[in-house]
Amino acid sequence: MVPLSWYLLLSALLFAIGAVGALWRRNAITIFLSIELMLNSVNLSLVAYARILAVRTGELAAAHTGQVIVFFVLAVAAAEAAVGLALFIAVYRNRRTIDVNRQDLMRW
Amino acid sequence: MAVFALFAFLAVASAMVVVTHRNPVYSVMSLVVTLISLAVMFVLLGAPFLAALQVLVYTGAILVLFLFVIMLLNIEREAPGGGHKLQKLGAALAALVFAGLLATWFVAAQGAVEPVPLDAEAVALVPLARHLFSTYLLPFEIVGVLLLAAVIAATALARRGGTSVGEDEA
Repeated sequence: MVPLSWYLLLSALLFAIGAVGALWRRNAITIFLSIELMLNSVNLSLVAYARILAVRTGELAAAHTGQVIVFFVLAVAAAEAAVGLALFIAVYRNRRTIDVNRQDLMRW
Repeated sequence: MAVFALFAFLAVASAMVVVTHRNPVYSVMSLVVTLISLAVMFVLLGAPFLAALQVLVYTGAILVLFLFVIMLLNIEREAPGGGHKLQKLGAALAALVFAGLLATWFVAAQGAVEPVPLDAEAVALVPLARHLFSTYLLPFEIVGVLLLAAVIAATALARRGGTSVGEDEA
């Protein structure tokens, strides 16, 4: 059994990696993948906190609340991925590229 | 302990590949490894239902959608030399500082919680389902409507022709 805070450390590390990817890359797909990574690290910390709360209070209902929230995050992430990828297809059809450096219509 | 170490290492290593690899197909494939490692973490934390959902929804549906779009758009490898050396160094440094800050904050806020072994009661599905379908019934229904809206929006956006704005002739 590892201490529960280790899960939080792992989550922080993954979130940082995802944040750097989202800031650094030019390819919109890779940026989106980095955002998914950040989303998942937050899910991990939610589940870890739920477990910590359950251990601290001795009530399993606390853990269940956290898990239900993660369930909702998963559902919203699915919706977000579908709409985001459809947007990429629409952008690609107009501009022939999804390189974010070349999407400059709204730049001034 | 060994399981946690192995899958934590796998998750971090493949996350690095996700953000550094130039070919988006490889990025998606290593994100699969990260997400499955996270599913293992969910099992270790007493959430087997979420682990199953993670594998089914994320690796089974969302990442397949990503691969589908990558193949459809025929995206070339990202050109090398994008961004300056200094910028990359700065990003890596910022990541380290950020992770360190988050980690110290987490540990300071939480302290060391001694783990309690999971029992059958902790991983039971029935109380979780009861929670989801009573306390969180309204959000559950709203998520259903949201998914329907996302399906309609995605079809409308990706549709060729019609009355959508800015279509091209190619």
